Amino acid sequence: MTTSAQLFRDGDTDLAFKARWWTSRVLLYGALILWAFVCLFPIYWTITTSFKAAKDVTQGTMVPWLDFQPKWLGWKSLGLSPETITQVSTVRDEFLRRFFNSAVISVSSSILAVALGSLAAYGLSRFSYRFLWMKNSDISFFFLSQLILPPVVLALPFLVLYKELDLLDNRIGLIALYTLSVLPIVIWIMRDQFEGIPTELEEAAMVDGLSIWGAFLTIILPIALPGMVAALILSLVLTWNEYFFAALLTSTYANTLPVMVASQTGSQGISWWSMAALSFAAILPLIVIGVALERYIIKGMASGAVK
Amino acid sequence: MSEGDRLHVVTADNISPARRMAGHLMIWGSLGVLALVALAQAAQTWGGSDFGFRNWRPTLYAYLLFSVCLCWAQVMLKGETGKRILFVLPAALFVVSLTVFPLLFGVLIALSDWNLSAPDGRKFNGMANIVQMWNDPFYWNALENMVWYCLAILPEYVLAFGLALMLNADIRARKFFRVAFLLPLMLSPVAVSWMIGKSMLVIQPAGPVIRLAKWLGYPNPSFFSDPLTAKITIMLMDAWTFVPFMMIMILAGLQAIPKELQEAARVDGATGWRAFWEVTFPLMLPVSITALLIRLIFKLKLADVIINVTSGGPGGATDSVTSFIFREYRDRSNVGYGTLLAMVYLVIIVLVMTVLMKFADKALRPRT
Repeated sequence: MTTSAQLFRDGDTDLAFKARWWTSRVLLYGALILWAFVCLFPIYWTITTSFKAAKDVTQGTMVPWLDFQPKWLGWKSLGLSPETITQVSTVRDEFLRRFFNSAVISVSSSILAVALGSLAAYGLSRFSYRFLWMKNSDISFFFLSQLILPPVVLALPFLVLYKELDLLDNRIGLIALYTLSVLPIVIWIMRDQFEGIPTELEEAAMVDGLSIWGAFLTIILPIALPGMVAALILSLVLTWNEYFFAALLTSTYANTLPVMVASQTGSQGISWWSMAALSFAAILPLIVIGVALERYIIKGMASGAVK
Repeated sequence: MSEGDRLHVVTADNISPARRMAGHLMIWGSLGVLALVALAQAAQTWGGSDFGFRNWRPTLYAYLLFSVCLCWAQVMLKGETGKRILFVLPAALFVVSLTVFPLLFGVLIALSDWNLSAPDGRKFNGMANIVQMWNDPFYWNALENMVWYCLAILPEYVLAFGLALMLNADIRARKFFRVAFLLPLMLSPVAVSWMIGKSMLVIQPAGPVIRLAKWLGYPNPSFFSDPLTAKITIMLMDAWTFVPFMMIMILAGLQAIPKELQEAARVDGATGWRAFWEVTFPLMLPVSITALLIRLIFKLKLADVIINVTSGGPGGATDSVTSFIFREYRDRSNVGYGTLLAMVYLVIIVLVMTVLMKFADKALRPRT
């Protein structure tokens, strides 16, 4: 009795194709996982380091509970561990003040930038202006050209100017500067948004008796809201992380979180556990935003790219 | 004014002479207040008379008042047209007062000998700063480093394109990978430079990257002692943060390509590499150029990582222009010279960007 030949089976070309498909899959996922590891490992390293003691830091242990016993050392030095959270802690007050400064400055400058930028972008997308020799395209270019202005050019004049205006080490001063620095990006994103909205909407609204500002506020803004959220989040990311101006223009009162992180070098070297805890606290809000609102960030960055 | 408007507004403005008068009064009145306050302050600062000002804040407030009046008066004077101007005017005023004025002021500072820690204040010294810059090897070195840093954008672009292609492929858990790839962009450069630049790369026996390098066979890895390795390490850290940025833009471009085009190419027999090189890549050219230009703009501001990790060392090998000027101020309080260096940098950037944008424009124009 002969072994019954399989009636239906893949031909040689099909088998070769299948093998190729499998190798390409393995390579693809391998590359994806490798890069995901490269992206995520530093975050993991930051979190675990904040739970290490001095011995574990010098040994470079990796896996909690297996390699080392996690301790609250880093968080205790910030006054944020379970035992110390109820006690009075000057470090915690300091940290919370910096955190609050960062939050106030980044949120208010982002909102201001989105408000100013949306208005300007709407105007530029709907009407033609003429100011001296400048037409619409020139005005747009004027706004967007601010993007190539490196911060270092403005930094020292602002330092002197703010000194005279008593705005050094002042939140308002930083808010104005941060608004300026994200305004071009907001205008860029929002102009794209408004140009995608048909003008018939406002025309209909104005036939119904709304003024131009009424039409803008009640009809157009709600439609453009996702774009505004995207612009707002992108501005938040940029302003929350800003270090250069904050380091130059603040000293004690209006310090932001990045400045506090950068000035952690003590006299006995760096205590890595508290540095890690502080760094993690500084990046946590944006990680949350990034995971939760990734859609908007991508939308914001994509809007300028794809016409 | 109304020719070429995308949105036509028919208006019957009836502006009475009294209203026009009030409008003019608002502009000139507030301008007068501003001039008066500024003069009084100038008189106190340089003329010796005392009005009891402690700083220049009153002039700032007068300027704010003037700005508000200027905006309001547009509506008073021009009615409906003024309401349109009101969309752009606030942003324009804001930008002009925060860039043009400081820039002009900056030119003045740049041409003077001004050390904030010295007691004798600002002295005009004409071209002396320029001569000093010409003979400053560290500034030229920083400029040269910037060229290398900018060239590093090209490999970054290749990597970003590869990642975008992978994300655009038919994969599972796409959202997870997208979020994971995006996260480095969200992290504060200062935290990154401490936790990666120092903790992972410097702590001698323990840093994970140090151990990886040892495991790969380098006997004594140190990333910031040799000029070349230090520069490359800084480039890598900066790339780690900003590759997601280009990746997202390219991904958006890839998703905007109609599927039919790639299917048509496949029907015509283009496979794999050729389909990419002859169909996808040319289609992606506009997006690529935009992404590269924006990346370049961000690269030119590179400073945070360098200030925190190497502060320019070893021997200025990793210095960028921005970090160099930052230290010029931080260590020596030398405002005048630092501003001149920044101004020269700005001129170079504007020239280079203009040329690049011309080329980009040419490359993007549809060929006939």
